[in-house]
Amino acid sequence: MAILGPGIDEALSKVARVIHPIPPGTRDILPDEMRELNALQATLAEVFAARGYGQVATPTLEYDEVLQRAGGRGGIGAYRFFDERGELLALRSDMTVPIARLAASRYAEADLPLRFSYIGNAYRAVRPQRAQMRQFMHAGVELLGAGAPDGTVEMVDVLSASLDAVGLDRAVIGMGDADLYNQLLAELGVGGEDRERVLDQLAAHNLVGLEMEVERIVGLDASGRETLLRVPALRGDAQSVIDRAHDLGGGAVERAIQRLCGTYDALEERGVTGRVQLDLGLLRDLGYYTGAILEVYDPALGHILGGGGRYDELLGNFGRAMPACGFGLYLERVHLAQMEEERLEGDGSGGGA
Amino acid sequence: MIPPTIEGAVRTRGDGPLKLALPRGALWEPTLDVLDAVGVDTAEMRGGSRSLIFESDGLTLVTMRPSDVPTYVEAGAADLGITGKDVLLEQPDRVVYEILDLRYGACRMVLAGRRGDASLGESERRLGAMRIATKYPRIAERHFEETGRQAEVIDVKGSVELAPIAGLADGIVDLVATGRTLEENGLEVREEIVDCTARLVVNQVSHKLRAAEVDDLVERLRPVVRG
Repeated sequence: MAILGPGIDEALSKVARVIHPIPPGTRDILPDEMRELNALQATLAEVFAARGYGQVATPTLEYDEVLQRAGGRGGIGAYRFFDERGELLALRSDMTVPIARLAASRYAEADLPLRFSYIGNAYRAVRPQRAQMRQFMHAGVELLGAGAPDGTVEMVDVLSASLDAVGLDRAVIGMGDADLYNQLLAELGVGGEDRERVLDQLAAHNLVGLEMEVERIVGLDASGRETLLRVPALRGDAQSVIDRAHDLGGGAVERAIQRLCGTYDALEERGVTGRVQLDLGLLRDLGYYTGAILEVYDPALGHILGGGGRYDELLGNFGRAMPACGFGLYLERVHLAQMEEERLEGDGSGGGA
Repeated sequence: MIPPTIEGAVRTRGDGPLKLALPRGALWEPTLDVLDAVGVDTAEMRGGSRSLIFESDGLTLVTMRPSDVPTYVEAGAADLGITGKDVLLEQPDRVVYEILDLRYGACRMVLAGRRGDASLGESERRLGAMRIATKYPRIAERHFEETGRQAEVIDVKGSVELAPIAGLADGIVDLVATGRTLEENGLEVREEIVDCTARLVVNQVSHKLRAAEVDDLVERLRPVVRG
């Protein structure tokens, strides 16, 4: 401050500046950013609407008991509290579960499929000093009542169109199958605690731990071990992944990748594979995914931009069983990726591979 | 049908060489040895240069404290990194893919107390909890939790061995390579917690979008460290 000169420093110090804190992981959005975020939202809303997805909004607060119906870790809100009547409320942790609740309660008789889109805030727990947000903006669609593979194809198509519309030309959709590795374990006769331990390591993205756990499995032959270690490392260009999976050989692998290959063939038939890579090691951390699962990446950003997948059993928990799928993009990260891509382009160091 | 390309990603970052975060400190020398063995020239880094970034054989090498490696890799500021398992265990919520055990830098995380002194057990019996000084509070807390005991974990930054000698704590949880430092300070190992070695970690997006390059580096490193 001394650079301003003694007189000015003195004047400044007379203005009592009070700083009122906000909780870590939350932030204010000021006009410049808001303008860009609004434009981004408008762009996405237009893509969703053009494809027949009607935008809905649901309350930020729900009954905890209703969100918990999602089962697994998916439904558990990080922030729960009692209201004035002693009811346990939760801040929603995603939009998929509230929309499943909405569809089951308010569209019980409606013709299928149902198409909903949303743009809204959701809340998750964060670790301090990690640049994570506990409140984040999520934008996406839910397609309810359309099974695999047709529903999946439509979802990938809408996601690709969304990425086109926001100008992330280099963004990639990684597609896997939530049940693939599980099925592979079953095919190889790995069950019980072995199975849980192996899945834990894979979910933690720990390939060293995976190797150790696989080594410990009694009664698995060398080729079985090799299969369990190599399959989750297969990712990238679809044809190359499928070829390498075939090279590994064995009926177990063939059967485990069958459904994913079927999904990919369906995507190919409809010409929506442009951004799609296959990833046999993909596991989404939300418990309710059942079939195809997606993650979205942009090379300019070290974090995942969003994701989604099939959740064919979730609606059943709300009393109206039907196949369903959807995706959500983290709006702030998409915005960040746009900025990074612009910057890289400006540097002349960006551009396609 | 997508035309077959090089194995791995169709689209790659396309903005330069892979960035590898390297740990200064005890892992520094063996890390450079391993890089030499896979054909990455490290002569410039060995020269006592104060630079933090080096270019060598198609890699950008950035150097930092081992405990910062997961931070850079998680954010994508480095595609890959090398750091100790102790660092990864102490920062378990960092989202990085741990893809290779590099096997060097072996050491043990241990619980140690004063030689011939029963204060660890006595504190537990009479106070219900041990007082433990450590640079690894999360590993220490998890160890006591998993073994069904309570401990008052005191986070210190400098020489941990001082804490039981000066009376700050009954014992310490620390990383031990040879055990000489413990011995010189009148301490002895009471419990082994976990073995630690150097690990290769990778950013989750780089793992997907630069799959071929990442896998290539892993396949070059694997035979060297398996010796």
